[in-house]
Amino acid sequence: MSTLEHWLQRYNAGRDALPGAGVPWLDALREEAIMRFADEGWPSNRLENWRHTSLALLEERSFAPAAAPLAPEAVLQRLRRDGEEAAGGHWLVFVDGRHAPALSELGALPAGAEIRALADVLATHAEAVEAHFGAVDEGASPAALNAALATDGAFVRLARGVALDAPLHVVFIGGVREGASLVRNLIVAEAGAEATIVEHYVGVEGAGDVQAGAAAAGTAGALTNAVTRIAAAQDARITHLKLQEEDRSTVHVAQIAAVQARGSVFASHSLSFGAQLARNDITTRFDGEGCEALLNGLFHVDGRRHVDHHTRIDHAQPRGTSREFYRGVLDGAGRGVFAGRILVAPGAVRTDAMQRADNLLLSPQAEADARPELEIYADDVKCAHGSTVGQIDEDSLFYLRTRGLDEAHARNLLTYAFAAEVLERIGLAPLKRRAQAAIRARLPGGELMEAL
Amino acid sequence: MLDIRNLHASVDGKPILRGLDLHVGTGEVHAIMGPNGSGKSTLAQVLAGRDSFTVEDGSVSWDGVDLLAMPTEERARAGLFLAFQYPVEIPGVSNAYFLKAAVNAVRRHRGEPEYDAMDFLKRVKAEMKTVGMREEFLYRSVNEGFSGGEKKRNEVLQMALLEPRLAILDETDSGLDIDALRTVADGVNRLRSPERSMIVITHYQRLLDYIVPDHVHVLSRGRIVRSGGRELAHELEERGYGWIDEAQATPAAQGAAS
Repeated sequence: MSTLEHWLQRYNAGRDALPGAGVPWLDALREEAIMRFADEGWPSNRLENWRHTSLALLEERSFAPAAAPLAPEAVLQRLRRDGEEAAGGHWLVFVDGRHAPALSELGALPAGAEIRALADVLATHAEAVEAHFGAVDEGASPAALNAALATDGAFVRLARGVALDAPLHVVFIGGVREGASLVRNLIVAEAGAEATIVEHYVGVEGAGDVQAGAAAAGTAGALTNAVTRIAAAQDARITHLKLQEEDRSTVHVAQIAAVQARGSVFASHSLSFGAQLARNDITTRFDGEGCEALLNGLFHVDGRRHVDHHTRIDHAQPRGTSREFYRGVLDGAGRGVFAGRILVAPGAVRTDAMQRADNLLLSPQAEADARPELEIYADDVKCAHGSTVGQIDEDSLFYLRTRGLDEAHARNLLTYAFAAEVLERIGLAPLKRRAQAAIRARLPGGELMEAL
Repeated sequence: MLDIRNLHASVDGKPILRGLDLHVGTGEVHAIMGPNGSGKSTLAQVLAGRDSFTVEDGSVSWDGVDLLAMPTEERARAGLFLAFQYPVEIPGVSNAYFLKAAVNAVRRHRGEPEYDAMDFLKRVKAEMKTVGMREEFLYRSVNEGFSGGEKKRNEVLQMALLEPRLAILDETDSGLDIDALRTVADGVNRLRSPERSMIVITHYQRLLDYIVPDHVHVLSRGRIVRSGGRELAHELEERGYGWIDEAQATPAAQGAAS
């Protein structure tokens, strides 16, 4: 059975059990969405945007939960312990794409902040979601599959001027009892609201463990399909950090789409360290004047793993500022893809856009593609971009060795330093430290780098 | 202590050192002067172990040990220190981490206990004071955004912390104004001791007013062509390097033919 049929069957058999089933607008949207997916299938490299990253492998794949999964409790505990400010923040936890109230700990929220499981909101007052759920034609076909079948996710609504005191951690633990998780997060920040939201995607086979058998062959494994929509109203400030640490056999397909009103500030940090294949589409659109966006990213691949980021910044209005920094560390026969599209619409004068993409190859078999795409239709704009693919700098290596550091230590140090520079842009110190620990755990000799 | 014999080295097949002989005794300070392109920096890099240079012939014995057979880091741990002409910027690595890793690598080799964070900070802050570096430089990335003078101070700081037996200063005076030169030279002079040898490489005599050498050598076309006391430096200052090339016309032709 091809997975296309698998998904149609899953939809037909399960649609009445989906949250909010029976709500007319939602039923209609899901129906249309599954039709779009059935029509288009998984994207393959025949599509320009998927030239380097085909999802055709998903057609032959059975979506299997982990063979010997860790208990979600243990996974969560490790995650919360890793940050020293572990106890702090608001925690909303999902297992296999379903809210796990027993593992969640939202704590006290300020008045005007609503944080709930999307399934609950759809079941009780779906009308609050309608304007934010998203349309069928948004994104690529996996986003349509998500619209049809998403089981849950975080729903965050911040009333005018409300600031979330501590980060909201949304945790997705996948592959426990089910092979596929489809989740949708909706973040709505009204004027002047402010929040930091962290999405964690974690597997249950122990981070970084090499697995044998079917998983290594790439024919079985879990799937995560995630969509996050962010609406930032005037002067809202949203920081979004995504930490992707899925199992090495998981395929992770995700979209983060923001829309910004006048004077709003959106920062996205995408840290993609796990998964067999991860594809992240991250977009923002400036719908008002004077918006700011930071798209910051770091990925690490080894073995035969593959990480792809496609970003798009839509400077649709004047006086917008965007900064984009992506770095990749590529080992083994890993593959990294970055495509950064910047669109400056007619009339979007005094746009200031800057993009950099740098890749560090640690092995001759690793491969990186970095592709900037600037389309500028306005005058009086500042746009700059640059990209590099290189190896460890020999001068730096020699310098460190002349100070007594052995070659391996020096290489590891330079590798970590290259990666850690990206993390310096994460404003909140506890989140920065958590991110540093996560990349250290993956790089050789990382345990020596703690005091950097 | 250091015995260099008939050293030939090349880069990308192009000979740079062409039969260099030099003997540096324990506790001695030797200045090596010479025009641009004479091989001064190559000598420094070859002694430190840079593998982009190929040693074609000759030997370097360091207290009876074959220096050229040792990897770069082992030379450093055994007490060889190169102060770089152009110290390398390393974004993302704090000076504090770098200095501590270096000092502890050397201490481990010597069988001394590694510094913990407290001991290290105490030591490094004291040394920074003597070379006139503010403490904020500990927490900045190695050499990143440092001025020329700050970079050279950082080199002298490393030298003070690593306590080498043999220090090679490669054009430590280049790019420094007179005040910075004086501070750096003071730092170096403080480290002079009967157990520590130094090779001071410079293009200009000026540095040698501050770091007074025991011996001065003139390097030209990859060989030492003249040696003398410090008065040789003054002679070079007055007459320039032109006469060296003229005087060397015949030996240089031999060098080119070899």
